[in-house]
Amino acid sequence: MEWVWENFSTIWGYTLDHIGLSVPPIIVGFVLSIPLGYWTSKSRVARSVLLTIFSIFYTLPALVLFVLVPVALGLSILDPNNVIVALTIYAIAIMIRTANDAFASVSPDVRESARAVGYSAVQRFFRVELPLAGPVLLAGIRVVSVSTVSLATIGGFIGIPSLGSLFLTGFQIQFFPEIWSGIIAVLIIAGVFDLILVGLGRLLLPWNRRASRRRAARMAAQAVTA
Amino acid sequence: MNLILQGFAWIFDGSHWVTTSTSAGIGPALVQHLILTGISLVITAIIGLPIGFYIGHFGKGRSAAILTSNALRALPSVGLLTVLILAIPFIKGIPGSYLADVIVFVLLGLPSMLAGAYAGLESVDRQTIDAARAIGMTEWQILTKVEIPLGAQLILGGIRSTTLQIVATVTIASFLTQVTLGTFIIDGLNQNNYVKMIGGAILVAALALLLDGILALVQRFASPRGVSRGTTKDKRNTARGATHASTQPRTPITEGN
Repeated sequence: MEWVWENFSTIWGYTLDHIGLSVPPIIVGFVLSIPLGYWTSKSRVARSVLLTIFSIFYTLPALVLFVLVPVALGLSILDPNNVIVALTIYAIAIMIRTANDAFASVSPDVRESARAVGYSAVQRFFRVELPLAGPVLLAGIRVVSVSTVSLATIGGFIGIPSLGSLFLTGFQIQFFPEIWSGIIAVLIIAGVFDLILVGLGRLLLPWNRRASRRRAARMAAQAVTA
Repeated sequence: MNLILQGFAWIFDGSHWVTTSTSAGIGPALVQHLILTGISLVITAIIGLPIGFYIGHFGKGRSAAILTSNALRALPSVGLLTVLILAIPFIKGIPGSYLADVIVFVLLGLPSMLAGAYAGLESVDRQTIDAARAIGMTEWQILTKVEIPLGAQLILGGIRSTTLQIVATVTIASFLTQVTLGTFIIDGLNQNNYVKMIGGAILVAALALLLDGILALVQRFASPRGVSRGTTKDKRNTARGATHASTQPRTPITEGN
């Protein structure tokens, strides 16, 4: 415990680095997955092509992607952007499938009714399909958030500052408090992000408060398998 | 791109396959990688499948399992790996690191394995199970002759995610203790030898894709004939939307590699 107070500024610095590595992938991954998932839910070709490509990316271990992304983009191996790009790819890989399922689950009857009362395609998307897909999308981004925060630690192993750096140095000097403080900091970040997402969900999807809890639990269960 | 070609050239150079005084060989590293993955996968299955089947068959302990799975998923695997490797010293001849590695791989693989097993059982049409019970099948027969075959797709999906998860974590273990395919990535990084690093990355990628491809094939042929996948209604705990979604064959997505 003493060590934690003495080195608080170091831990805090890595925590900020870690947040900097994980927030952009979560947001960009979510924003890109919505149109992509909508597209795959409409087009069979898009579905087979995009879902296959991203499931191949997802098959690659994070370490591999962290090494291959800089080669593909011509960045330095120690550039934090490598980790951000790689984590964004993973985020899309999880989220595109959830978004696809979410939009596919909007009942065709509802969609037809919206058309019948005169909604344009754009209105229908924003006022009918997106809100109905909302709870499932929320469950998806929560999974993305947890996994991104956890994966960002691996950046520390290839020399990109994050809370994972504490694991590596702690291991090298065989010092438990350093490793534990890293693990706990990761759990706290993941927890705070999750609370923020749930809060945003309450704010943006007020109609779904009671039903969503059950459904979110189910989606979480499915996300584990899906 | 040129670097990637050089990475392939590095792999196909026979001299890199044997261990020398200065560098580990690809051959032994690959063997070690496969052994660690295999042992961990088998242990994970031995622990995870029965628990998953229990939860799926009786519908008990589901929320506890989900909670545990989610908590385990939030834990950074590499952090857990470092702690356990330091914490478990040598136990009766087995180098401690080996044991610690396997324990971590199993812990990390369990959530997907469990989830696949109970989701597989839950995906079976309730009416089918009732029918099986009505014609006099015992609970054990229902489990082994109805639920497991019908849920095989999802159960294998869980095994598939678990495998990927373990292959990825075994790669990272090279940073700490084991000589695995990840060793070339870390050595290349430390020696500023990018060709070696990329060669290692290509090897890991190839292994992951190969294992996943094999399991995907197994998964495809696992459903009993005459069962069209995912067309059942009246599933326990399944909303209309989710039923629709599950009509598409699923490929597993795992967390935390």
